[in-house]
Formats: sequence, structure tokens, C-alpha cells
Amino acid sequence: MRIPCPLCGDRDHREFTYKGAAVALDRPGNSDWSDDWDSYIHLRDNPAGDTDEMWWHGAGCGGWLVVTRNTVTHEVKAARMAADVKGAGA
Amino acid sequence: MASLIAKSPCAGMAPISVGDAALREVDPGVITSLSPLAGGDVGALKAAHGMAFPAPGRASGKAGARAVWSGRGQAFLIGPAPDAALKAHFAMTDQSDGWAVLGLEGTAAREVLARLCPLDLRPDRFKRGHTARTLIGHMTGSVTRVGADSFDLMVFRSMAQTAVHEIEEAMKSVAARG
Ligand SMILES: [Zn+2]
Repeated sequence: MRIPCPLCGDRDHREFTYKGAAVALDRPGNSDWSDDWDSYIHLRDNPAGDTDEMWWHGAGCGGWLVVTRNTVTHEVKAARMAADVKGAGA
Repeated sequence: MASLIAKSPCAGMAPISVGDAALREVDPGVITSLSPLAGGDVGALKAAHGMAFPAPGRASGKAGARAVWSGRGQAFLIGPAPDAALKAHFAMTDQSDGWAVLGLEGTAAREVLARLCPLDLRPDRFKRGHTARTLIGHMTGSVTRVGADSFDLMVFRSMAQTAVHEIEEAMKSVAARG
């Protein structure tokens, strides 16, 4: 499996560490406990098909990526820098 | 008071020559990490040291005074001590003693590296002046093509002995195949 890092190009997956579903990008803004927090911490969709995941390119550029992967075929369809997805700049 | 004698990271381990590949230690000079500050001008590097701030995956300059992309939002200035004018444009840290730098050369160098790095090292894909942060064996490191059959490799200084050992094993393995 290869992941197309926007900075480094196509790279072997052993350079990356898997974090999980890309929910970290949708952290609830309010600090009080709510159903949003319950969902953020505990609930995952576990889809059979395309899903967005966080991968860390720790043995490469050091960037966090949002990778769109098909959980059935393992096809990697896209990868973006998480900072760009969040609009935080590079 | 005892007088301390500076030792290079790979002292006593290199040079090594096996078959058509040779490994030697490179004295990099000063290594400074440069991270562009918000609102800073990366052109300050060219003004001060003559080489462009490198794009991702690229190295600029030449032997003795190089800038090597070293990760997201970061490059290493390798060789000269950083000009004071850079301070206004980059966050800088001195990393000179943190890295072991090795030169791998020879017509078998690419084959040796192919046993250690998960990179496409074909000359039309990884050209002179291209660089990568990647794995060297099971270490994280930096690989830069500095010539047709010549690569500069960087690993954390604490990994120097492991790096030399693993590269030597790969050199022997390639040579044994003839
Ligand atoms: Zn990367």
C-alpha cells in the first residue's frame, strides 16, 4: 500500500503511522459535556467503503495527512495535508 | 581539568569499501534547522548564503554550503554558520552535533540504498538535487542525491554505529550477488 503524501509523493505505508478516523478534525467547539463530545470520543461509523483517516508521515515530512481509503479494497484515493483541510495553513 | 577531544560521529567506523560501493564519513560543518517564520522572507537565505530556500523534496547549493529540505516547513542549512540576518526570517536551531552524515558512492550505491530505503531511486525519479526524509533500514533519516552515483545520508548521531553496520551489510549483500 502506498500513500500519496502531498509533500513527499508516493510513499510506502511503513513510513506512516495510522491514527484512526479523521474525527479529530471535528472537535466540538464547546467545552461543556454534550452529545457532540460523546460522539467525538466514543462513536465511530466503521464504514465498508470510503472513509477519511488520519495518518502521520513520521518517517517522512512529519506532517499529518487526511487519507481517503476504501476499507473494502484498501484503495487509497486521496491524501491531503491535515493543516490544509483545517484551513490552518502550511 | 581534563581537555576534551572532539570525536566525529562515525570515528573509527568509516571509510568502508565493498565491491562497487564506498562509504565515508562527511564532515558537514555547521547544521542549522531553518523554519520560516510567519511573515518572514525565505529569500533571506539566498541573500545571505547564495542558495534558494528549497522546495519540499529538494536540495539547493553545493557541497560545503547546501540547504536541504528536512520536513514540513523546515530545511537544514549545512556547511556555513548561519548569517545573523536570517534570525528575522527563520526559527533556527543548531543541530551540528545531532547528526551523523555519510557519503555513499559508486556504481552500486543505488542498489545498496535500494535495500535500505523504501524510495524510488531510479535516476529519472530521484535526481541530483532531490532529497527525501525516509527510512534508512529501520532508522529515520535523510537521503540526498548529490551526484550520479553519490548520495549523502543523515541519521541521528546516536544511530551512527547502527547505520554504518546496516549500510555495510547491504554493501556486502549487493557485492556478493556480483
Ligand atoms: Zn510526507
